[in-house]
Amino acid sequence: MQGESLGFIFLNAAVVNNFVLALFLGICPFLGVSAKKETAWNMGLATLFVMLVSSVSAYGINWLLTELDLMFLRLICYIAVIASAVQLVEMFIKKFSPSLFRSLGIFLPLITTNCAILGLALFQTAKEYDFLQSVVYALGAGVGFTLALLLMSGLREKLELAEVPAVSQGAAMSLMLAGLLSLAFMGFAGLGGSHG
Amino acid sequence: MATLRHQQEKLGLDTFLRGLWEENPVFVMLLGMCPVLAVTNSTMNAIAMGLATTFVLVASSGLISLLRNLIPKQVRIASYIVIIATFVTVVDYAIQAISLDLYNALGAFIQLIVANCVILGRAEAYASKQRLHTTLVNSLGMGAGFTVALLALGTVREVLGNGTLLGFQVMPANFEPWVVMILPPGGFFVLGSWLLLFAYIRQRQDQRVLEKGGVSDAR
Repeated sequence: MQGESLGFIFLNAAVVNNFVLALFLGICPFLGVSAKKETAWNMGLATLFVMLVSSVSAYGINWLLTELDLMFLRLICYIAVIASAVQLVEMFIKKFSPSLFRSLGIFLPLITTNCAILGLALFQTAKEYDFLQSVVYALGAGVGFTLALLLMSGLREKLELAEVPAVSQGAAMSLMLAGLLSLAFMGFAGLGGSHG
Repeated sequence: MATLRHQQEKLGLDTFLRGLWEENPVFVMLLGMCPVLAVTNSTMNAIAMGLATTFVLVASSGLISLLRNLIPKQVRIASYIVIIATFVTVVDYAIQAISLDLYNALGAFIQLIVANCVILGRAEAYASKQRLHTTLVNSLGMGAGFTVALLALGTVREVLGNGTLLGFQVMPANFEPWVVMILPPGGFFVLGSWLLLFAYIRQRQDQRVLEKGGVSDAR
């Protein structure tokens, strides 16, 4: 997998195999904080940052654990690093923008259990990316996540003005919307390489 | 949640059934959606994923319940995560040993059980406060609820998308499979439809209660 160009990796992670719409990672925040465009944007950026930090750390940890022959500890180490990175972002946001901190609410600490981030670390290990490739992969995944969140929030803001039957309001409607978005993103499939 | 001493729940059938229907983790609480959508493109995957998650859920809740008085409050989330990650590693290696095909089909999603909010949610909301036996029964119920939800999606998607059930042909030969159902969008559509169905049932129930209650109660 050494031959993949950086641009291809970025494009692949951002649109072709979009983390939310094609690989089903990070659905909880995707449905939870996509009600308003501004919150969606900030959540996307916070996730992007955590992704970059944990991708770099995961690369280091993987190298260290391979040297020490302790591969079975990988999962535990990854999740511990992600949890600390999230803590860092949380303290940072709380200090610099209390209003943003409030609007993100419970979903900020929940980035820890956002499978998109752990998934990213696991995928980059499985694909044996080198350092630069890992960073670009994380960047692409973060951009793709933000893109999906923004698109969804735009749709949902419009939907508030529409009249829908009472039964289908809420989660059911959001899922149908996500399905349509996902269908649209399948159009990118021709651009990229293999699945996963 | 302000009180320090929590009410210990009495063990009963209700402890088990709650997870299955009333507080179903997927259909009611909308937790743990990622594996629900990702691995349900065939019934076999759905069953395997459901069992693996149930095992991790029961084992980690049990251990957390046993250790609930030893874990300091400040570091509880980190401790829970480490406990959960340990059991997931066990499951990961076990599935790899039992069936490599299944392991490849589920891919990274076995390891991603760590990030399943159902498990952490149970640990935080239930196991950290209740005694061992009620915790075990409750998390078994939750696991069963999760598995049922996975099955509900997996069967529909496999029958419509592939014309088969557990690998056997069930649809007539001239049935044209709806390929979209086993592709990512199908997951969203099927889960959306199930939620729609449950919302409809609940609305009907509410209406019936209103009609029985008479006009004075209804308005």
